[in-house]
Amino acid sequence: MTTRVGDELPQLSVRVTRGDLVRYAGASLDFNPIHYSDRVASEVGLPGVIAHGMLTMGIAGRVVTEWVGDPGRVLSYATRFTRPVVVPDDEDGALVECSGTVTAVEDDVATVSITAKFEGRPVLGKATATVRLT
Amino acid sequence: MGLDQSLIGRSYPPSEVYEVSRAKITEFADAVGDTSPLSRDAGAARAAGYPDLIAPPTFLTIVNLGAIDELVSDPDLGLDYDRMVHGDQSFVHERPVHAGDRLEVTTHVDSIFARAGNDFLTLRAEIHTDSGELVCTGRAQLVVRGEQ
Repeated sequence: MTTRVGDELPQLSVRVTRGDLVRYAGASLDFNPIHYSDRVASEVGLPGVIAHGMLTMGIAGRVVTEWVGDPGRVLSYATRFTRPVVVPDDEDGALVECSGTVTAVEDDVATVSITAKFEGRPVLGKATATVRLT
Repeated sequence: MGLDQSLIGRSYPPSEVYEVSRAKITEFADAVGDTSPLSRDAGAARAAGYPDLIAPPTFLTIVNLGAIDELVSDPDLGLDYDRMVHGDQSFVHERPVHAGDRLEVTTHVDSIFARAGNDFLTLRAEIHTDSGELVCTGRAQLVVRGEQ
């Protein structure tokens, strides 16, 4: 398989529930209460409990790791956090839709531009990963 | 009140060692929904040429958070944690993190500036083994919202 500029990576849609936020809090050791407490979230002016930006980054990174089949081939990964993912306290949670496009290929390294959307709007800005192809 | 720009360039002594366990790698992979066998099955990881289970690309957020906490607890900076948000994050890996790694983080303040009433601070977290091998450089922009 030859990777070319413009190649689209397989898309990924992930539902994030409050339970997922609790699990990620424990795994990442990020216990900021805005990620589980409606009371604290509202006190700091948020529209509700929001997902950890790093969780959204981690989920969106799967577009690349699942494409190459090896998380160890990701050389770099960067993003801005531009908009919060608000996670309601129900069974459906929030739907995050992720995709990726190859923007450069040099030697054995591809650069992938990643998008992650919630309610149709981007939540990550300039999300980019570089990945070794073999 | 703006952050003190004279603190640009400040760095902190290396953190305590964080020892990466197989269990934590798999727990973190589960939390982001990463199903790679290389983060779950040591035999599969070795067959792929790694010494042990390897971590997902954002795993070092665990260590990076320690670097952020280091800054938050520095009274000279006076960061207001309640008004702070994570503006951006990057990781540049020298190699994948694997189970058994003994990691330390050295934290540096790379920039401080104010814009539109908000303070922006960029920290650089150099994550290295306890024998000095650089594994990853993390950069985070922290935004402290101005009091309205």
